[in-house]
Amino acid sequence: MRRFFCFFALTVAAILAGCGKPDFSDAEKKMIASLALNTLPALKPDTTNRFADVPAAAALGSTLFFDVGMSRDGTVSCSTCHKIDRQFQDDLPQAVGVGRTNRRTMPLAGVARDPWFFWDGRRDSLWAQALTPLENPLEQAGNRTAYAHYMRIRFGERYERIFGPLPDLSGIPPNASPLGSDAERTAWNAMSGAQRDAVNRVYANIGKAIAAFERSIEPSPTRFDRFALDLATGAEPKGDATFSQEEILGLKLFIGKANCVTCHNGPRFSDNGFHNTGVPPVAGLPADRGRVDAVAQVEADPFNCFGAYRDGDASACGELRFMVKDAAELVRAYKTPSLRGAATRPPYMHAGQFSSLDEVVAHYAKAAGSVEGTSEIHPLELSDRERAALVAFLKTLSE
Amino acid sequence: MLGKQAFFRHSVFPQAGGMRSARQNVIRRRGTGLASLWRYFLAGLGLAALLVGVLAAVYLTAPHSAQPVGPDVSRTKKTDNGLYVASFVPEHGVVRQGELESWLLTLKTKTGASVERAAITISGGMPQHNHGLPTSPQATDYLGEGRYRIEGVKFTMSGWWQLRFAISSGAGSDTVLFNVVL
Repeated sequence: MRRFFCFFALTVAAILAGCGKPDFSDAEKKMIASLALNTLPALKPDTTNRFADVPAAAALGSTLFFDVGMSRDGTVSCSTCHKIDRQFQDDLPQAVGVGRTNRRTMPLAGVARDPWFFWDGRRDSLWAQALTPLENPLEQAGNRTAYAHYMRIRFGERYERIFGPLPDLSGIPPNASPLGSDAERTAWNAMSGAQRDAVNRVYANIGKAIAAFERSIEPSPTRFDRFALDLATGAEPKGDATFSQEEILGLKLFIGKANCVTCHNGPRFSDNGFHNTGVPPVAGLPADRGRVDAVAQVEADPFNCFGAYRDGDASACGELRFMVKDAAELVRAYKTPSLRGAATRPPYMHAGQFSSLDEVVAHYAKAAGSVEGTSEIHPLELSDRERAALVAFLKTLSE
Repeated sequence: MLGKQAFFRHSVFPQAGGMRSARQNVIRRRGTGLASLWRYFLAGLGLAALLVGVLAAVYLTAPHSAQPVGPDVSRTKKTDNGLYVASFVPEHGVVRQGELESWLLTLKTKTGASVERAAITISGGMPQHNHGLPTSPQATDYLGEGRYRIEGVKFTMSGWWQLRFAISSGAGSDTVLFNVVL
């Protein structure tokens, strides 16, 4: 009888093995198609930045992005942390500019499609974002009037060809900013309103040029996209578009039982929202409450969409106008990052809390509570094989 | 392992009697072993076919409306205390995931009169995901004939969303909940 069962088991196994080909339900196929890069729509114009698609502005922005002169001590540029050969991030748990910050550098592929910027969304446009590290004492550590003078001396002609005449900066102090040291703030407050406005306008244009450059940084197709395209068209996957059994299991878990696609959705694998997922704080870093503290910062930013330096009309300001301001769920909520390229850029989370995708998957399976606020995620029963499969699938977004 | 007798009993070959050499026995055993293998394989195949048949029968006879009943997604409904009839539709007809959109809320009284100058507040979220709306939609304009423009509506993922309206006018205060499934 033992032999009989042996044969029976073998027969069933043989039948099941025949079902091992990619076998997705219509709902799964629809979901997979919605994640593929070919569904990414064309980049929309940014009406708040009338230089967003001006090639000369993008060229100047590119120069500024890589220019270490754009910092207090002449050693730090945007590209110090946003490294061009590393997906425009730096592989560090927390970014290091002039000093060490408390947050992980975000990669830039597709950044121009974000409605909110930074992990907590404390800026509402790409050009307003680009201005923030310039004056952060831990990043580029410069000050507003110094940047205006630097633009005139170093890039005056290029600037004026794009943005028109520079203002008269002769009576403007060399170092002054509303955000700087006591001396810089005092100098800023001593300036006339017209002088402050003139400097702010030059400063905003620096951000608009850098944003114009950053709009060209877009995600590239991956193995997953080739697989998804073949699945959608019914073509037989060939070469590296073929998924292993493990990768198929990982994909099924990603869009099914593991609920990853709840937030990591669309062709960028992000809902562009903010969520508390119970990611633990890092010992020794300043208190970090995520989105809840960013609301007041973006509202106070003079370069936000309601501010005087926006181009176009206020119809572009919907995100700021209809922003959630006071919900309990904003506490320790952070932006859903894109998963494209994630496998090759550890560490993970807003302060580099996890050093591998295995740790990330383990965190989401365990779903520990948040130190403050309420985590949105729930524990998952995942076998070791299923965890490995999820990681294997995530790697297909980097190949 | 089955014994010698059992082998003979199960063998499809006619049984030969008398004494045999050890070599002959080995040959006989191999022969009957293969035959048994074949029988077991056939039996296994038969059982597998039976299994497939049963599964097919279950699948084919199962009611095809076995999908779980979803939430009520009607776009027109009475408010909770019956004061108003509300309808909620996307202003431009289609719903696009991840985009800020405007919707129209139309309010009539029980008798069909347009409700004017209503104060409207909006809340909601995803009941299955334990989170609220990603934006704060607001009634931004009154368009006449009981129609209000609701701006700032954004659905960031597929699934079951809920929008609750608290409505207050001369006719009284009431609430209504609309389900949107993407």
